[in-house]
Amino acid sequence: MKVAEPLIKPVITAGAVQQKVTASLARRHRKERIFKGIGLAAVLASLALVLILFVNIFSKGLPAFWQSAITLDIYFDPQVINISEKPVQAANESDNAFRQRDIEWQTEVGFINFNRLITDSLTKVLPDASQHRRDLQRIVTSGERFALRDMVVQDTSIIGQTRTLHLLTDANIDVWLKGNIDRSLPDAMQQLSPKMREWVQLLSEQGLIQNRFSFALFMNADSRSSLASAGLAGAFMGSLYMMLVVIILAVPMGVAAAIYLEEFAPKNRFTDFVEVNINNLAAVPSIVFGLLGASVFIGWFNLPMSAPIVGGLVLSLMTLPTVIIATRSTLKAIPPSIRQAALGLGASKMQAIFHHVLPLAIPGILTGAILGVAQALGEAAPLLLIGMKSFVASVPGSPFDQSTALPVQIFLWQGNELRNFFEARTSAAIIVLLALMISLNALAIWLRKKYEKRW
Amino acid sequence: MSNISLIVLLLALMAIAYQVGMVRSRKVATINPGVRMHSRPQHYGMMVGLWAVLPAFFVLLIWAWFAPGVISTMVQASLPAELATLDSNEMRIVMRRISNLAANFGIVADAADWELVAAEYMKQLQHSSTMLLTALMATLASAGLVISFYKIQPQLRARHQVERVVKVLLVLCSTVAVLTTVGIVLSMVGETMKFFSFIKPSDFFFGTTWNPRFSTTGVGEGSLTGSQGSFGLLPLLSGTMLVALIALVVAIPLGLMVAIYLSEYAPAKFRATAKPVIEVLAGIPTIVYGFFALVTVGPFLTDLGAMLGLTIRATSALTAGVVMGIMIVPFISSLTDDIITQVPKTMRDGSLGLGATKSETILKVVLPAALPGIVGAVLLAASRAIGETMIVVLAAGNSPALTANPFEAVSTVTVTIVNQLTGDNDFASPQSLVAFALGLTLFVITLLLNVMALVIVRKYREQYE
Repeated sequence: MKVAEPLIKPVITAGAVQQKVTASLARRHRKERIFKGIGLAAVLASLALVLILFVNIFSKGLPAFWQSAITLDIYFDPQVINISEKPVQAANESDNAFRQRDIEWQTEVGFINFNRLITDSLTKVLPDASQHRRDLQRIVTSGERFALRDMVVQDTSIIGQTRTLHLLTDANIDVWLKGNIDRSLPDAMQQLSPKMREWVQLLSEQGLIQNRFSFALFMNADSRSSLASAGLAGAFMGSLYMMLVVIILAVPMGVAAAIYLEEFAPKNRFTDFVEVNINNLAAVPSIVFGLLGASVFIGWFNLPMSAPIVGGLVLSLMTLPTVIIATRSTLKAIPPSIRQAALGLGASKMQAIFHHVLPLAIPGILTGAILGVAQALGEAAPLLLIGMKSFVASVPGSPFDQSTALPVQIFLWQGNELRNFFEARTSAAIIVLLALMISLNALAIWLRKKYEKRW
Repeated sequence: MSNISLIVLLLALMAIAYQVGMVRSRKVATINPGVRMHSRPQHYGMMVGLWAVLPAFFVLLIWAWFAPGVISTMVQASLPAELATLDSNEMRIVMRRISNLAANFGIVADAADWELVAAEYMKQLQHSSTMLLTALMATLASAGLVISFYKIQPQLRARHQVERVVKVLLVLCSTVAVLTTVGIVLSMVGETMKFFSFIKPSDFFFGTTWNPRFSTTGVGEGSLTGSQGSFGLLPLLSGTMLVALIALVVAIPLGLMVAIYLSEYAPAKFRATAKPVIEVLAGIPTIVYGFFALVTVGPFLTDLGAMLGLTIRATSALTAGVVMGIMIVPFISSLTDDIITQVPKTMRDGSLGLGATKSETILKVVLPAALPGIVGAVLLAASRAIGETMIVVLAAGNSPALTANPFEAVSTVTVTIVNQLTGDNDFASPQSLVAFALGLTLFVITLLLNVMALVIVRKYREQYE
C-alpha cells in the first residue's frame, strides 16, 4: 500500500522558512533600530525647537527689561516755570467753565520749555556743553519733559526745588551702550554723533548713566516721538478689558450651551446641526471672526473702532466653541450614576444637574475656560481688522476707549524702524505675553491636578 | 443713571426679591399647616426674583436699543432750518459736536449759540429719557414683585416656572453658536455681493493678477472706474497653498514620528514629560512665531541658502512655511497619538504574535488601520495652515505674484485681507470689500476641509466602537 500523498504539497519546507527568516532577521532588526531612531530624533528635534524658540526670545528680550537712564539733579527753576496759580473750582462755578479754565492752565504749563530744565542740569555735568546745544537736547529722551510737566501739574510746590531724578536716555544711547550697534562703523552710519558718543562714554564712566530696571516698559503707553519711553501699559489694559469681556460673556454662555447640549437637548436634527456648527466654528480661521466684527459690530451696531469692547466681543465668539467643547467633555466624564442617584431620590432633572453634576464638573470647566481665555489673549489677527492696529498713546480708561492689545503691540513694535532698539523691546513684550499665558496655563494644570477625579 | 448702574440695581433687586420670596413661602407654609408646599423655598424665591427683574430688564434692553436714535432725531428736528440742507456726513459731525457739548466734554473752537441750545435740549431729553426709563422699570419691577408675592400658594408650581425660564436661557445660549455662523455667512455674503457689483466674479476667481491699486474716493458716480485695479484671486490662492504645503511637508513627518515614538516606544516617564513640552508649541501665540520667523528663521535660511549657492529671501514662502510647520507639529502629533492609541490592542498582538517586529507592526498594521483618522488630522492641520494669519503677515514677504518657487516672497489670502482692511481705503470701495470676498473664499475652503475631516474621523471611530 502506498501512503497517500498530501493533497497540497508545501511549497517550502519548514526548514527553508526557518532559514529565510534567520537570514532576514539581522536586516529586519536593523530596520527596527533605524525606525526607532527616527522616532526618537523627531521627538528630540521637536523638543529642541521648543528650546530654541524660548532661548532665542529670552536672550533677545531679557536685556530690554533694563534700560539706560541718567541720574540728574533737576532744578525746577521758577524763572523757567513762570505760570499762574493752579485753578481751583469755585463753589458757584459750573463744571464746563472749570474744565475750560483748567485746560487753559494746562495749556499754559504745556508751553513751558521743560527741556531747559534738563539741558541746564546737563550743562553742569558735561564739558563744553554750550557749543553742542543740539546734541545736548538729544541725550535725554523727549518723553521725559512730559514727566517733568506732570510732576509740576500734580504738585506746583515743587517749583524752586531741586530733585534727583533718573531720566531715560535716548533710545540710540541705549543701543550704543548695550553694544547693539557696531562701534567701529564710520560716523555717517552711526546713530549717535561723535560728540554724543564721547559724552555718553564719560557719563557712563562717571556712573551717571546706568542700566536701571525699565519701569517705563510697564507704566507707559506706547510712544512714537520718544521711543525709549514706549511701554506696554496701554496694551496691557486693553488686553485686560478684553479678557474681562471674554470671561463675562464667553464662559457663562459656553457653559450654559454645553449643559443644554449635553444634558437636555433631544436627539434630533436641530441638535445635530448645532453640534456640527460648534465643531466647525472651532476650526474657522480667527481672521474670519475679525471680518465678522468689522462688518457686524462696527458696521451694523456702530460700536467704536479700536475699542476693547469690540475686541472682547469678537474674541468671545471665537472662544465660545472652545469653552463649549471643554465643558461638554467634562460633563460627559461624570458618571451617569450621579444623575441617577439624584433623580432616584426625587430631584428634578434641573436639580440633578445644577446641584450634583455641575459642582463636580467645575474644575474641568474652569480648566477649559482658562485655556480658552489664554488662547484669546494671544490672538492678534482678528483685532487688526477691527482697528486695534492703530497707534494709541494713552492707557484706556474704559472698554469703550481706543486701545491696542498685547499681541497687537508686539506686531506694531516689530515693524518699528529703529530695529536695533525695538527688536529687544518686542522680545520683552513677547516675554510679558508668554509669562501671562504660561501662568494661565499653569493655573489650569494646577486646577486639573488638584481636583481631577477618576471615576 | 447709566445703563450699567441700572443693571447693577436690577441684580441687587433680584437678590432682595429672592429673599422676600423665600421668607414669604416659609410664612405661607406655616399659615397652612398640614398642606405640603409644591416647591422648595428657593424656587419661590427664584420665581419672585425673576418676576421682579426680567420684565424690567427687557424694557431696559429695548430702551437702550432705541432711545439714542429717537433722541438724536428729536434734536435734529429742533435744529435751525438752514441746517436741513447738510448732507449725512456733515450732519453726523454737527450731532457729534452737540452730543459732546451735552456730555460736558467740551468741543474744539467756540460753540455757536444754536449748538448750545441744541445741546441743552439734548441734555434735557436724555435726562427725561433716563427718568422715564427708571420710572417704567421701577413700576414693572415692583408690580412683578407684588404680583408674584401674592401668588405664592402651596399649590403654585414655582419650580416648573423657574426651570422653564432656566431652560429657555440654556437654549438661547446654545443658539449663539448658530447665530455666529449665520452672522459670519450673512455679513460676508452681503459685502461680497457688494464687491461683485464692482468686479465680475469671473475676474475675481480666475484673475491671475492681484493689483487692487488704491482708492480714497468713495462710491461716487464714476469715481471708481478710474482707480479700479485687478482683483485676481489666483496669485493669492497659489501663495496660500504653497505656504500651507511647505508647512505640511515639515509637520506631517515630524508630527507622525513624534506620535509614533511617544505612543509606541517611549517609556511612560519620558512620554509624560515630552508630550506636554511639545504641546507648548501649540499654545504659543502665532504673532510670536511670526516674530521668530522674521528675526531668526528668515536670516538663518538666507545664510543656509548662501552656503548652498541658493538665493533665499529672508521673508519667503519657505520661511513662513517652515515656521508654520513647527506650529502645526503638536497639532498633528496629539491628534495622531489619540488615533493610534485607539487602534485595538488585539491587532497589534496578532501581528507581533506572527513574528513581525515592532516597526513592521506599526507600519503594516497600526498605521493602515489608523490611516483614515490620520488623514482627518492632516486635513484639520491643512485648514489651520490655510487660515493662519500672523506668521504669513510677518514672514511671507507680501508679494502677490503667481509663483511656485518657495524661495520667493509670496502673499496669501489672509495677508491680503489684513492689508485691504487696515489700509486707508474707504469701507465701501471695492478695495476694502474684496477682503470680505477673500474671507468668504477662505471660510468655504476651511469649512470643506473641516467637514471632510469630521466625516472621516467620525466614520473611523464607528469602525472600532
